[in-house]
Amino acid sequence: MGTRKTKNGWILTVVFSMISLLYLYPIVLVFVNSFKKKAYISKYPFKIPTDKMYVGMENYVRGVEKTGLFSALGWSLFITVFSVAVIILCCSMCAWYISRVKNKTTSVIYTFCLFAMVVPFQMEMYTLSKIANMLHLDTPWGLIIIYLGFGAGLAIFMFSGFMKSIPLEIEEAAMIDGCTPLQTFFQIVLPISKPTCITVVILEVMWIWNDYLLPSLVLDTKKYKTIPIAVQYLKGGYGSIDMGAMMGVLVISIIPIIIFYLFCQKYIIEGVIAGAVKG
Amino acid sequence: MEKAIKKYFPIFVLPTMLAFAIGFIAPFLLGIYLSFCKFTTVTDAKFIGISNYTKILGDSVFIHSLWYTALFTVVSVILINVLAFIVAMFLTKGIRGTNVFRTVFFMPNLIGGIILGYIWQLLLNGILAHFQRTLTYSSTYGFWGLIILMCWQQVGYMMIIYISGIQSIPGELTEAAKIDGASSWQALRHVTLPMLMPSITICTFLTLTNGFKLFDQNLALTNGAPSRMSEMLALNIYNTFYGRTGYEGVGQAKAVVFFLIVAVIALVQNKLTRSREVQQ
Repeated sequence: MGTRKTKNGWILTVVFSMISLLYLYPIVLVFVNSFKKKAYISKYPFKIPTDKMYVGMENYVRGVEKTGLFSALGWSLFITVFSVAVIILCCSMCAWYISRVKNKTTSVIYTFCLFAMVVPFQMEMYTLSKIANMLHLDTPWGLIIIYLGFGAGLAIFMFSGFMKSIPLEIEEAAMIDGCTPLQTFFQIVLPISKPTCITVVILEVMWIWNDYLLPSLVLDTKKYKTIPIAVQYLKGGYGSIDMGAMMGVLVISIIPIIIFYLFCQKYIIEGVIAGAVKG
Repeated sequence: MEKAIKKYFPIFVLPTMLAFAIGFIAPFLLGIYLSFCKFTTVTDAKFIGISNYTKILGDSVFIHSLWYTALFTVVSVILINVLAFIVAMFLTKGIRGTNVFRTVFFMPNLIGGIILGYIWQLLLNGILAHFQRTLTYSSTYGFWGLIILMCWQQVGYMMIIYISGIQSIPGELTEAAKIDGASSWQALRHVTLPMLMPSITICTFLTLTNGFKLFDQNLALTNGAPSRMSEMLALNIYNTFYGRTGYEGVGQAKAVVFFLIVAVIALVQNKLTRSREVQQ
């Protein structure tokens, strides 16, 4: 039994190594093609760019120029960081309140949060973009407020699920020692909730960074683009895509994600598991 | 303590609730109202009863996209979950390199749908070119292209959930089954799978709603071509809103129908699988 298992294990390692290489192939393919002259990309996508096809960094330069990619990168970063920070702060506070104060209002809020998680975005997209326009929320700053409203359901649900399990005695002791509710929350409850914070951060970052439809409808896209909007912008109005520029833009968009992933992999995977168990 | 906290309502709850009201509740209610109206902007809405809804019934493109989406969802739910489960079983056997494989399989989840769509467009069109075809040759190519893309993206995510589920099954249970003479198939069928029901519930729910609500990948990969035949529900609703003036009301009515379908699926699916979970 023992020997059979190790032998099988060795074969499995080889098989899965090959599958993993195949799994990475689409990304490698984009990378390889990003150095190819644009006329050759659709024609010979699987060929290595040799002297005649090789164009160096030309595709990258053109892609960045056409889409304003670096400013899009900046706005994506700005929107994601601040939206997630605001969501964490406001929703954790709200969740603590509704898990400690029991009355009709708080139970209605909780029900709304569950409800919000089921409603598809298409139900809201038209009216939301009109309301955002009317209230002048069509800037990256306004978008943060909208993301708070839209991300509140999941975040409050996750936070209150955790905070219900914190023993009340800890908070009561703090209050008896003279802490105000604000001090109790920031010095005791929030530090205890750190694992849930990480989970919510991971889930919201993965959503907001990659979100295309909401920002493309709400933002004034002539002035502000996010990464997905910049990529889709290359498609333009009618038909043909500049495949060279597209490859360059795709590579530049993927690199930050892969770096982020390799550094925070442990948290990301734990966050996904924790999010799934509670969701 | 409750009383002390209660006074802090404006600080703790109000900011979130204001944003929630602007970003979620107001658009939702307005959306329901507008689905009974004719309008081109929010301010010129005229109440016209249910005629937006009756128009949907005669919209053959919408009906087609409904079935196309339903079929896509069924196929993708089955394929993604079966593949993710098989991979998870292998990656919990303690083979060498497990962590590397897990890292690789999960990675596509962090890349956005638009970017994924263009990556796969390049690869799939490259392969199809050998057969003088493209992804937009017929809706069947778009369908399977999208299935392959979604498997590539989501198998890793579901695999992570299955792995954590498998690892939480106490080892004694499978040992006991083995001692009682169960074959590995029987142990899988009667011990592992029932114990995994919570993970299966979550994964089916996630893949089901992801499939039904799919938009970005559909937009980037085929954009509904040829002639709106590979258009899924979400994209159909989007095109109804922004493709044709005068049809905003119909678009909103479609959105309400879409919401109802998603809500019913979520409720039914949750009831069904929860009832089959093993009590621990």
